This record gives sequence, structure tokens and C-alpha cells, in this order.
Amino acid sequence: MEGLDDIVEEFLVESHENLDQLDQDLVALEQDPRSRDRLSSIFRTIHTIKGTSGFLAFNRLEEVAHVGENLLSRLRDGALELNPRRTDALLQMVDTIRALLAAIEASGGEGTVEVAGTVLLISAALEEVAEEPVEASVEEAAPAVASVVPSPAPVPEVEKLPAAPPQAPTAPVAPVAAALEHPVEPGEPGAGGQPGRRAVADSTIRVDVDLLDALMLLVGELVLTRNQIVQYVGRQTDQDLVRASQRLNLIASELQEGVMKTRMQPIDHIWSKLPRVVRDLGLQCGKNVRLEMVGRETELDKTLLEAVKDPLTHLVRNSVDHGVEPSAARVAAGKPAEGVLTLRARHESGQVVVEVADDGGGIDPAKVGAKAVERGLVTADALARMTPADVLQLIFLPGFSTAAAVTNVSGRGVGMDVVKTNIESIGGTIEVESVPGQGTCTRLRIPLTLAIVPALTIECAGDRYAIPQISLQELVALDAEKAAAAVEDVGGASVYRLRGELLPLVHLADVLGLASDRHDGHVVIAVLSSEGRRFGLVVDRVINTEEIVVKAVGGQLKSIGLYSGATVLGDGAVALILDVQALARRALRAESAERQEHRLAAAAATSSASERQRMLLAAIGGGRRVAIPLDTVTRLEQVRSETVERVGSREVVQYRGAILPIVRLDRHLGAFGDSGREVLEVIVYADHGRSVAIVVEEILDIVDGEAAVQSDIDDLGLLGSAVIGDRVTELLDVRAAILAADPMFYATPPALGGAGLEVATTHLMEV
Amino acid sequence: MSTATRTMPATSQLATFWLDGDLFGVEVEHVQEVLRSQSITRVPLAPPAVAGLINLRGQVVTAIELRERLGRPARPAGEEPVVIVVRLHGEAVSLLVDSIADVVDVDLRDFEAPPDTMDGTARELIRGAYKLSGQLLLALDVNRAVGS
Repeated sequence: MEGLDDIVEEFLVESHENLDQLDQDLVALEQDPRSRDRLSSIFRTIHTIKGTSGFLAFNRLEEVAHVGENLLSRLRDGALELNPRRTDALLQMVDTIRALLAAIEASGGEGTVEVAGTVLLISAALEEVAEEPVEASVEEAAPAVASVVPSPAPVPEVEKLPAAPPQAPTAPVAPVAAALEHPVEPGEPGAGGQPGRRAVADSTIRVDVDLLDALMLLVGELVLTRNQIVQYVGRQTDQDLVRASQRLNLIASELQEGVMKTRMQPIDHIWSKLPRVVRDLGLQCGKNVRLEMVGRETELDKTLLEAVKDPLTHLVRNSVDHGVEPSAARVAAGKPAEGVLTLRARHESGQVVVEVADDGGGIDPAKVGAKAVERGLVTADALARMTPADVLQLIFLPGFSTAAAVTNVSGRGVGMDVVKTNIESIGGTIEVESVPGQGTCTRLRIPLTLAIVPALTIECAGDRYAIPQISLQELVALDAEKAAAAVEDVGGASVYRLRGELLPLVHLADVLGLASDRHDGHVVIAVLSSEGRRFGLVVDRVINTEEIVVKAVGGQLKSIGLYSGATVLGDGAVALILDVQALARRALRAESAERQEHRLAAAAATSSASERQRMLLAAIGGGRRVAIPLDTVTRLEQVRSETVERVGSREVVQYRGAILPIVRLDRHLGAFGDSGREVLEVIVYADHGRSVAIVVEEILDIVDGEAAVQSDIDDLGLLGSAVIGDRVTELLDVRAAILAADPMFYATPPALGGAGLEVATTHLMEV
Repeated sequence: MSTATRTMPATSQLATFWLDGDLFGVEVEHVQEVLRSQSITRVPLAPPAVAGLINLRGQVVTAIELRERLGRPARPAGEEPVVIVVRLHGEAVSLLVDSIADVVDVDLRDFEAPPDTMDGTARELIRGAYKLSGQLLLALDVNRAVGS
């Protein structure tokens, strides 16, 4: 049945089911000719077949169903009475429809099935006036046909006579009789069609999804029980028992796979509607787009498939609307006039990866950045420090839309953020890559199923918890000595320098209100990402990675907002599944220090006057304290003072293979610092490929700057002062400090134009 | 699941259990099973009455500490609670009690509203008392006790 279109196949299965019901209904109707319900039900069935066949362009089928429908509607409305002749006509209609369906199934077309006779018969049955004489002729005709056909066959069985002579000698009978003879002909295609029909209608059954869910649950239990038995048997020496448990192991795995498969559907189910979408949209936008699909047989859970459908359609529309350029522009750019949109799906490490790629103009990070600034989603300052790849991710922010004009295709400002939310709600992730001029690729990673997820089990304060693997980025284990150096505590907020980036740390024990039982100073950090921000979860111990079966927890526990569910571990113990997103929101409720934290920027942009920012407090000597907006801090470093070299009148230090200009804040601000220190505390600020280092005496704290800041001190290098933590703190004019270190730092205009970014990249190459 | 209609028949059956020296009862039809010595996984930050989660043949079931719920002192250390699994609205919830007692046929004529002397929280969870010979049987409102 591979040749059959999905829609046709569905239509066949459905129609066969309906026709079986129809037979019963018609027979029952003879007993009780006035039953409105039955007539209505029959009418609906035929009406559906008529509608669908018309849509699928099965014209003869439509014709038969159409006259049948007419007759039925008159019967239903009471305009006609049901009599044996009309019943015959209806039954013959059913048979003809069957024959047509069989032909469609066998050949994909209606074949040679003749319908004129049936139509005639039904039409005759519709003729009220002709009732008496025609009825008589039917009675005469029936025996006549019987004499023609080898074995006397009641009408409903006609079709089941595969060997019936196709050219039954046409006895000179009444026209109605001639009509009766026609259904015999479909015997030919019917003969081929019958086994085929079984292939579709009899080889599939409809199963309640709830039943499948229940089976899935049971299999989950079986798998856990299997795990326990296998563990237990591992300590036994009885060979038979070991063998039996191995078999159990195998069978349980296969059963699990099999049951999971029952919920699996190829992604083609949702893809099959897309060619039309692309075509129509292409015409609408005046673009020539070809859709290619790779991996359409890739399967995923039905529920997930449903959930992915809308986001995927949105992405495809987006690609056609914004991605692919008009033909003229493509030709001008030296590309083929026809744009190619490629959908790719594949299984990759327990996930389904779905890509929507176009070979269009790509996304210009500069435009995205400019738009984000314009919309107040990010400050120009924060934007300038982002890598082009980071800038691209801004399109997922709520309220972002790059369409210059609001078209009826997209560009209403709801879009990518909704796509992202939808994908994340099913435990998936979304990322976008784009090469200007060459195209854009949006990649979705979706779990195979929601019921069983790979997870990391960890221990905290003696209890075990599970963390879904999808939010886990890496694990960092630090011994006591390293931990002491690398984990810094700034005013109660601990941070870890992960390859130079500040990673806010969340201690799970603190969040849970428990006491960690790790006292040896070792620190184990699970680096997690949630909603675009990254944080480190400090746990006592990492235990294992395993597949867990997710169980819902009661409402009481759900409302705590830390657990997404619970699971039963291999040894039968219950473990809670941590809700990483909730955890992040809860623990990082004071806005994250991370640069990826766009929301901070968005908030800052909207409330510039009463700005509430996180500030890094640093001592610069002479008892003076300086506050530096944290979003201008890229990294905190320590450099040894003997590595400071001089270039002309400036101090520099070699840092990561580049030359890093230094400004000593004490000198810059006219304080008297202790310049004899061996190790310099350095705040590194990097922007479009250039970096400077600001030397302070000591890093003190990170605080939320209440913005009753700006007072009227008009001193060089300062913006003003504020009372922070009961002490007067000076607010550093970062720009001035940076210019003092590197007068050329802002020579490149802040990267709002594409050129700026390119220059930035070249700088990166140079340094 | 109105408890009022359930008490209407002249007699009904209550599964009874001991808690802090008092005899309590829940309608037999709510009780799914009784378990001993279950390991309980605590749930940090959960309401105090939630003792944790237990694994009931692969199903994860919330355990309610009935002593806490009824405002009684905590169970003395070393005493293992007994778990009564009740099924309400198709969902299983378990109650931790001190020990299990008999199933008792009670007569509605022996029923009285909760004594006025009972304190607030407990009063809301008790439908009333059956005056058995030599013992009062407090009828627990299971729906309220599990907080649903």
C-alpha cells in the first residue's frame, strides 16, 4: 500500500468501517423503516463518503454517493417511504461503493467499475410516480439476473463473486435489471481488491490512546522490576535463574521498544501538509521555493508530534517569508532563482533533531541587534558585547520581529518566542544558525518520548534527585584545593569561573532548605541551562545517568514549584525530578549576572531613569569604593604584577595570547592604592573583539544598585555617587576608564551596522 | 463523594486505626490497602503534613502524616508508622497512622457531631464521633484530611 497517499488510506479505512456499519443499519432499517436515527446515521456516512470522494476526485464514487444521498435525504425527511425496492437500491449503492473502494485500493484509481446502472437504479427509486411499475419490473428482473449469474446471488453478495463473468450476457431485461447486472462487473477488480482491502482495513485497528498510555505505564513498571531482578540475580549463582533473568531482560527491553513504537508516528504525518504551505506561500510572496524533505520516516511520539506541528509550520512559513529572497535578488546574488527549503529529521542520541534550513539571505546579526535595541529588548551596550551567534538568539525574545512590514504571513511580533516556548514546554530546545548570504538553519531537538527520559541522578543531603539530561550541559568536579580558589563568594552570591565566564552557583541544599552532607570541601557542579541562562547547581554527589519513567506528583507537591515529577529508581526508591526551569527562576530571582540575561537589559532599557542594576563593588585604595555595572564586566581575573609590561606609556599584560591594555583604577581616579601588590585583581571588559583590563585593589561584592545614584559629584572618571550598603560608593564612568586604557577602544562604532561586526571579527582575528 | 450521603445508611463500615491514643475510622470503601514499613522519600519544602513519597508497586503515592495534619505531637522516635492507602477520585494517597485496628460496623444512631472542645484544625477534619462501648470512634473526613 506504499503507493497510496496517506489521506486516501485513511479514507479507505474509515469508509470500510462505515460501510460495515451501513450494512447493519440498512438491514435493521428494513425491520423498522421509520427509524430516523438509523436513516440519519446512514445519511451521514454516505454524505462523508461523497464529500471526501469529491475532494479526492473520485468522480464516479462521488456520483453514486450523490444520488444515494439524495434518496436518503428524501427518506430521512419523510418525503419518501422506505420500501423493499428502495432498500435494494441502497444496498446496491453500498455494494457499488465497496467495489469502487476496492478498485481504488488496488490500483489507486476507480478502475473499470461502472456506476451508471446503480445511479439509474437509485434514480428510479427516487421517482415516486414510477413506483408501482418499476417495482414490478424489479421483481421480474431479479430472476432474470439470477438466471444469468451462475449461482443465484442476492444482491448484497454480488460483489463477493469474484469469478462472476464480466461479460454476463445481457439478457433483454428491463433497464433496471440491466443496472442490477453492473455490480457484477466490479467482481474483476474486486477480486484483486479483496486481499488488498484486508491489508489496509484488517491489518490496522484503532486503539484508544488511553489504553496505550496505560500499557506504557505498565511497561515502565516492568522495566523497573526487571532492573531490580537483574540486580538481585547478579548476586546469585544459580545458572538457570541467571539465564531466566537474562531472557526477562531481553524481552522486557523488546516489549518496551514495541509499546513505545505503538505511539510512534513518522514525522511525515506533519510534514505532508507542508509542500502545499510552501507552494501557496511562495506564490503569495512571489518567490520560487522548492521543498526538500530528508528523513521523513523518522518517528516520534504522537503527543510530541502534535506539539511540534504548529511550531514547525511557523518556522517553514518564516523561512519562505523572510528567509528565501525573491528570484531576482537570488539571481543577482549568483544563486539559482529557485530557493530550496530543506526539512531534515533524524534520531540523534535519544533525541529527534528536526532542522528547517533555507538557502536564503540569512539573518543579518546587525539588523537583529538594531531591532532588538529599537524594541528595548537589549541595551546597545549589552548588544555590543555579544557575539554574532548570541545576537541571533535575540530573535527568540518576546516582542521581536524582523519583518519590516507586517505581512499577513508573519511579522506580527508573535512568532519565534512562541515557537521557543512551545518547544521548551515539551522538553525540547531550539537554536538558530545563520550565514549571511547563504541561509539560515533552525534546529529543534525534541525528546523521543515524554514518558521515559534520560536523567542524571544526583545526591543532596542524603537524598537522590533526578535532573533531566536535556538541561544538563556539563559536570564540573573540583577538589577542595581547586574549589577554594575557583569558587568565589561575592557578597553571599557564589560564582565559579567556568573557562573565564562567570557562572552563578546555586547550592541545591540551600534551595531545598537542607544541610549538605559534603564536608570535605569538594564541589560538584552540574552546569544547567534554562531559558537561555546558564547556572551551576552545586550538588553533593553525582550518582548515575539512567532512563527514568516520569510519574506525576500530586497537586500539593506540584505547587511547591521545584519538582516536575517523581520517578522510581532501579532499587525501588522514589526520587524527585527537579524542575530546572523553576529552580533557575527561584534561585536566580535576583537577576542573573550572566551576559545571556537579556531580560535585565530589557528591563534596564525600559526604566532607564530608576535603573536597578547589579553592581560590582570594588575597593580602589584609600578607602574608596567604586561601583561598576555588572553588565560591563566580562570576566574577573587575577594577574601577577610581574607579568605587566609596558608599551610606550601604557601598561599591558599578555592574556590568552593577546595583548590586554591595563588601566589602574586607583591612578585613573586619583586614589592612592598599594601598588606593591604581587597579584592584581583585574576586571576584564571585552567588546567587539577588544578587551581592556581594569585593575582594582579588591573585589568586594555584587549588589543590586538602587538607582538613587546620580548625585552631583562631577569628578573626572565618575558618573556620580550613591549610598550602597551604608557607604558612599562612587559610580565608575566605565567608558572613560576604558578610554584611558585604550583610546582606540571605541574607534570602531558600536556594532549596529553589519560592517561594524565584520570589523569586530577581524579584530578578533588580529588579537 | 459527599460524606453526608455516605453516613445516611443506618449502619456503615469503618476501617479503624489508632493515632496518638485515639481511635479513628475511615469509610472502608475508600481504603485500598494497608502497608507496613515503607521507605519514604522526603520532599523538601513540602507542606509539613506531607511526609514524603512512597513507591506503591511502581506508583508514586504521596504520604500524609496524619499526626501533623490533626495537630498531634510527632510520633515518638523508633515507632514505625503504618501506611493506609486510600483511593479518592481515582488517585491513591496514603495516610501515616500509629497502628491499624479492626473494621467496625457503626450505627448512625450512635453518631454525634464533633465535641465542641475539639480544636480548630482537627475539628474540620473530623465528621463526628461514634459512641462505641467504652471507646469513642472519631470519623475522619478523608477528603479533607488529604487536603483535596
